[in-house]
Amino acid sequence: MDDFVKPTLEYAELSPLFIVFGIACLGVLVEAFVPRKHRYLVQSTLAIGGVVLTLAAVIAVANRLKEHGDGAARGIVGSMGTVVVDGPAVFLWGLILLFGLAGCLLFAERQLEGGVSAFAGQAAALPGTEAERQAAGLDHTEVYPLLMFALMGMMLFPASGDLLTMFVALEVLSLPLYLLCGLARRRRLLSQEAALKYFVLGAFSSGFFLYGVALIYGYAGSMNLGAINDAVRNDASNQTLLLIGMGMLSVGLLFKVGAVPFQAWTPDVYQGAPTAVTAFMSAATKAAAFGAMMRLFYVAFGADRWSWQPMMWVIAILSMVVGAAILVTQRDVKRMLAYSAIAHTGFVLTGVLGLEGAGELTDGQLTSLQAVLFYLATYGIAALGAFAVVSLVRDSAGEASALSRWAGLGKHSPLVAGVFALFLLALAGIPLTSGFIGKWAVFEVAMSSGAWPVVIVGVLSSVVAAYFYVYVIVVMFFHDPEPEQAAYVVHPSVLTSSTIAVGAAATLVLGVIPGPVLNLAGVAGQFLR
Amino acid sequence: MSDFPWLTVLIVVPLVGAVVTAAMPYEGDKSRPKQISLGFSLLTLVLAVVMATQYDADGGFQFTETHEWINVFGAHYALGVDGMALVLVLLTTVLVPVVIGASWFDADHGNTKAFFAWALALEAASLGVFTATDVFLFYVLFEASLVPGYFLIGHFGREGRQKAAIKFLIFQLFGGLVMLAAVVGLYAVSADAGHPTYLLSELSQIQIDPDTQKWLFAGFFFAFAVKAPLFPVHTWLADATEKATPGTSVLLVCVLDKIGTYAMLRYCLGLFPDASQWATPFVVTLALISIVYGALVAIGQDDMLRLIGLTSLSHFGFIVLGIFVFTSQGTSGSILYMVNHGVATAALFLAAGYLVRRKGTASIAAITGVEKSAPILAGVFLVAGLAVLGLPGLSQFVSEIMVIIAAFQHHWWVGAIAVSAIVLAAWYILWMYQRTFTGPGVTAAEPVADLDRREVGTLAPLLVALVLFGFYPMPLLNVINPAATAILNQVGVQDPAPTVVGAEEGR
Repeated sequence: MDDFVKPTLEYAELSPLFIVFGIACLGVLVEAFVPRKHRYLVQSTLAIGGVVLTLAAVIAVANRLKEHGDGAARGIVGSMGTVVVDGPAVFLWGLILLFGLAGCLLFAERQLEGGVSAFAGQAAALPGTEAERQAAGLDHTEVYPLLMFALMGMMLFPASGDLLTMFVALEVLSLPLYLLCGLARRRRLLSQEAALKYFVLGAFSSGFFLYGVALIYGYAGSMNLGAINDAVRNDASNQTLLLIGMGMLSVGLLFKVGAVPFQAWTPDVYQGAPTAVTAFMSAATKAAAFGAMMRLFYVAFGADRWSWQPMMWVIAILSMVVGAAILVTQRDVKRMLAYSAIAHTGFVLTGVLGLEGAGELTDGQLTSLQAVLFYLATYGIAALGAFAVVSLVRDSAGEASALSRWAGLGKHSPLVAGVFALFLLALAGIPLTSGFIGKWAVFEVAMSSGAWPVVIVGVLSSVVAAYFYVYVIVVMFFHDPEPEQAAYVVHPSVLTSSTIAVGAAATLVLGVIPGPVLNLAGVAGQFLR
Repeated sequence: MSDFPWLTVLIVVPLVGAVVTAAMPYEGDKSRPKQISLGFSLLTLVLAVVMATQYDADGGFQFTETHEWINVFGAHYALGVDGMALVLVLLTTVLVPVVIGASWFDADHGNTKAFFAWALALEAASLGVFTATDVFLFYVLFEASLVPGYFLIGHFGREGRQKAAIKFLIFQLFGGLVMLAAVVGLYAVSADAGHPTYLLSELSQIQIDPDTQKWLFAGFFFAFAVKAPLFPVHTWLADATEKATPGTSVLLVCVLDKIGTYAMLRYCLGLFPDASQWATPFVVTLALISIVYGALVAIGQDDMLRLIGLTSLSHFGFIVLGIFVFTSQGTSGSILYMVNHGVATAALFLAAGYLVRRKGTASIAAITGVEKSAPILAGVFLVAGLAVLGLPGLSQFVSEIMVIIAAFQHHWWVGAIAVSAIVLAAWYILWMYQRTFTGPGVTAAEPVADLDRREVGTLAPLLVALVLFGFYPMPLLNVINPAATAILNQVGVQDPAPTVVGAEEGR
């Protein structure tokens, strides 16, 4: 037995994780000790301030990352090999924190519900009982620490250096989200059903992931991604063990990103969860999970990519086709955005499977990592913005997300409808929006790696999806509102409106001058092992 | 002055005009946005004419601007014009003020300023498409031009226009996205060949292997065939021209659709010369079907505007035929045809539009004897119609005869089929004229007012151009011929040597 070695921690590089975790714990203490009437202000300030502080820390870390191999990669393997702070991880940290900031702002919105937040007054009160009516004026301010815990898990997920850390991060990010999904103030049964569904299926897929971890450990004799890579290169032992393990791990990850055939939870959860949670979750979970997926497949299984690329082809094609096909039949705006998310998962996978060896790339060519990172940014912004707009369109019973009630929205609220149309166009990938450049980037890397069938399917499903997005725009602008059915737009506070405004601006800017962000994703370099 | 960014200014001026027009206050004078948009479109025309005077006919691409845009994609903001692009730029800049003038009262019901703003936006996008020399930039603008087109069709015109607009958009989007796959494939090709680039000048240097070329050609050609349009992807055109206002139809058919044939020459032939020749039999067949089918279907129409839209299907068949016979005469003829067709069809659309506006219906069966009460309208309509059917002395004849001669050189039966369309064209134009303008005069209760000064003013420049270039097409051909030769050099074909029949008989 080796002597015990005192673990060394790179506090400077790991500081963003510590700050988020600290703020989350502080939030729990605030919940315990601050009087109820002050909690909203203290919690929301703490969360927003905490995210901003963490963003500053991330920028500081990014500026000091050590270069390796003439800038091909940068960063350190920290915390005794369990956390890798490299370029892609830091890029994703920044992205996730931006989504987190938007999430905080949407969580703190109180003008839409007439002075209370969109979360249940008392989650434990049964729907329809006297207890619920008594809690009507209350707020669940625990949502802020929950959001911070989820953020911490999301940041750790793509930065994990071994499978065990990855699993812990997966659970840390998932559990708060399960809870948040069940906290809607309106339509609580739907919300609770969504939370339970998400939890049960999520727990099930975690089981798959854990089983995969065990099998891979059996194959490689190590949890460390670098060590697994060595074992794969040396063709160490039982190939079957490797393949089954790889498959199990993929199930866990593909579930989190909502790829077909693990997508069943997505529409129900997206529809049932409070819209602010859906907005945050759709953008940030995808970024975190795809970051982790790429680290796992590129770092640990990169040498064996001929084994997993065909599987990814099939899943990408299925996700795009199923997502787009069912999208067309939707008549509810939130469910529509959920199916759109499934189709977009397919597009991101198109980028993920575009991995090529360093030798196959010519100088200045787009790498698959760069393309996916950029896509995650563009998709996240558009999806978050779209959900934020959904939270504004309401009637007396809360949000009105049925498409028929959006008819004629463009006539009485041209600005809101116009912004929503912009986000839809970005999701459809129309030129001069960010979605177009993102789609271009992932198609480009897939095409370069020879995956032209995936690109063709991607293009065709884009047409199908675009048809539906345009249909929604037509409903908003050209159809006449049904009398007494039409939803109206509630004027939000500066919290929501600034989120939407920034999202719309970013969607346009990234569509016209994507260079800086694409380059930033390029400067981030490759994963470090 | 040589460093002056002519082309950028040419694109920006109508774009600014569109924004200014759209930013006008809702209330107040309806004529204000019209005057402003007319002013901007005239300014664009003046700029284009001044630029054209500095153009050197034998100088290849001119007024070029190249800036890096998205370097990891190899995309550039690159503009430039050769003879082909120049004549289409001039056509666009001439037609837009004419359309604005002609549509003065067409958008009074509904959002007036939107019509004129979208028209200017369409002009900016089209000018960008014609002058782009980077495939990525071309693609972006190609797709962007759909947005104004969609709103022009969907918001202004007759009942059922929304369906027509959706159909237009879906057809175009589908074509565009198929092309996207090919454009992305081009990236992979250029990356393999050294470094990723979308610059036309660099791409044309790359030797693309024949199989890849065929696939990429197919992707590009499909999009352009939808745009142009060719049989069997033309159905959107008939619906759009029937439902939209005549002004919108002019912009669609005479400007936007030219992008399709222009891009076939620029991109299909320029980038995939071998594949273009490989596809010739197929494309020529499609073109011939379009020529004859378009004309036959046009004869059977009762709706004047739909009829004129379908005649364009026939004419686009001619243009594509001229492109794919690969002779300098055919190529020059096609480019000239694009300009002449633009002018002639615009005149016919607008004249028909004036008539439809007076009668409140576009049904040929419901209109009769207009000649007596509106002789000027009848005369203008007849001249425009004769130009469309290719009467010698009017400009379209010159280009049509060039294409037909080239078709006969290609194969006698190709020429023979193409020539039949001349008879069919006479049929659909003259029969339409006969049924609507001649015949028993209208009763005193519903006299048809003749053209007023505004309407004559919008048609006059088009008619002058028709007659002028009918008798003396050299100013256009002098500019077009070098461009056509350059394109054929890129393809690598020589004109077939003339065979001397007498020499063979003498043996």
